[in-house]
Amino acid sequence: MNTSTISIIVLIVLVLLCITLFNGLVTLRNRAREAWADIEVQLKRRYDLIPNLVNTVKGYATHESQAFEKVSQARSMAMQAGTLSQKGEAENALSGTLKSLFAISEAYPELKANTNFLELQRELSDTENKIQSARRFYNGNVRDLNTKIETFPGNMIAKMFNFAKMDFFDLGDNDAAQNPVEVKF
Amino acid sequence: MTLVFLIVIALGWFFGLYFNNPSIVIIFGVFAIVLNIISYWYSDTVVIKLSGARPATREEFFDLYTVVENLSITAGLPTPKIYVVTDPAPNAFATGRDKNHAAVCATTGLLSILDRSELEGVIAHELSHIGNRDMLVSTVVVVLVGFISIISDIFMRSLWFGGGRRGNDREGESGTIFMIVGIILAILAPLIGTLIQLAISRKREYLADASGALLTRYPEGLASALQKIGQYSAPLRHQSNAIAHLYIADPTGDKKIPWYKTLLLTHPPINDRIKALLGNK
Repeated sequence: MNTSTISIIVLIVLVLLCITLFNGLVTLRNRAREAWADIEVQLKRRYDLIPNLVNTVKGYATHESQAFEKVSQARSMAMQAGTLSQKGEAENALSGTLKSLFAISEAYPELKANTNFLELQRELSDTENKIQSARRFYNGNVRDLNTKIETFPGNMIAKMFNFAKMDFFDLGDNDAAQNPVEVKF
Repeated sequence: MTLVFLIVIALGWFFGLYFNNPSIVIIFGVFAIVLNIISYWYSDTVVIKLSGARPATREEFFDLYTVVENLSITAGLPTPKIYVVTDPAPNAFATGRDKNHAAVCATTGLLSILDRSELEGVIAHELSHIGNRDMLVSTVVVVLVGFISIISDIFMRSLWFGGGRRGNDREGESGTIFMIVGIILAILAPLIGTLIQLAISRKREYLADASGALLTRYPEGLASALQKIGQYSAPLRHQSNAIAHLYIADPTGDKKIPWYKTLLLTHPPINDRIKALLGNK
C-alpha cells in the first residue's frame, strides 16, 4: 500500500467519524427538545385541573377570594411564560399559591370530606409527580447533549455547526425549602 | 454469551466432520429455534396467561398504575400494559418482546407490604429489564443453549447405536482421540451451557437493580423492598419454572443458600443484591 492509498483511507475514516458525531449531536438535541415538549404536556394537565379545583373550594370557602385570585393570576402567568427560566419561576409561584390554597382548605372540614375535592387533590399530586418525572427525563437528555458538546471530539463538530448547550430545568427547589409557605388565619 | 456461541460453533464444526451429514442437526436446530422465537414474540400474552394475571385498572390500583406511568416517563419508555396477580407471595415481573409490546405485573401480596418508594424501586427494576432488552437477551441465550443440548444429544445417541458413517479415512489413533474429545464435549457442553445461562441471568438481575437505582436516584427504596420480599418464605402459588427468571425474587421461595447452590440460581441471593445497592456499607 502506497502513501496516497493510506491517506485516502484515513480521510474517509475521518469524514465518517465527523458524520457520526454530527448525527449523534442532532439525535441528542432532538431528544432533549422532545423531552421539553413532554414537560409542557404535563404542565398543561396541571393548568387544566386547577380551575376545577378552585371552583370546588369556592363552593365551601366563599370568603377566601384573595387566595383564589392569586391562584388564577399565577396560573395565567405560568401559561404565558416563554423561556425556560421564566417558566421555572412561574411554575414555582403557581406551586406556592396552590400550597396556600390547600393550607386554607384545612380549616373547612366539609370541604376536606368532599370526594370531588379529594379526587382533585390526588390528581394534582399525581400531576406534580409526573412533572418531576418529565423534568428528570429532560435533564437527563440535556446532560447527555451538553456532555457531547463539551467533550472532545464532539466539541469541534459542535463549534463548526453551532450546536448550543441547553439549560437544565431547575425549578429552584432549594428556595422553596428555605422560604416556607406562610399560613395566615 | 460469546462463550456459549463459541461452544455451539465448535460442536457444529465437530459434527459436520464426524457425520458428513449435517442435515439432521439442522432440522432439529431450526425447529428448536423457531419454537423459542415464537414464544419470545408472543411473550407478553403467553407469560400473562401462564401466570394467571388480570389487567390492573387505574381506579382499582391507583398507586401501581401511577408509579408505572411516572417511571416510564422518567425512563423515556412507553407505558407498558399493567397486570395484577392475586397471590399473597410478594413478587413482580416484566415481559414483552420490546418496549412497545411490554407488560409489567405485580402480585397483590407485593402491593400490600410495600410503601410507595419501595414500589417505585421494584417497578424501576422491572422497567429496566424492559429497557435493557433482557427478554431478547435471555431468549437468544436459551436458543443457543438448547442448540448445544440437541447436538450433544444426537451425538450421544449415535454412539449408542454403533457410531455414524465415517466418510473420511482416518488413522486409528487420531480417530479415537477425536471421539473421546467429542464425548467429553457432548456431556459437558449442555451442563456448561446451562451454568453460563444462569450466570447471565444473575448478571442481568444486578444490571436491572443498578439501572433501576439510576432511574429513581434512590437505591434505598429497592433495597428496603428486597429486604421485605426476602423475609417472606412461602413459594408463589401460581408459578412456572419456564418464567422463573423473569420474577424479581426467586418464586420457589428458597432462603438459606450455600455458595455452590448459587450457581444454579436464576437470581443472585437477596442479601448480595441489597449490599450492592447500598454500596457495601
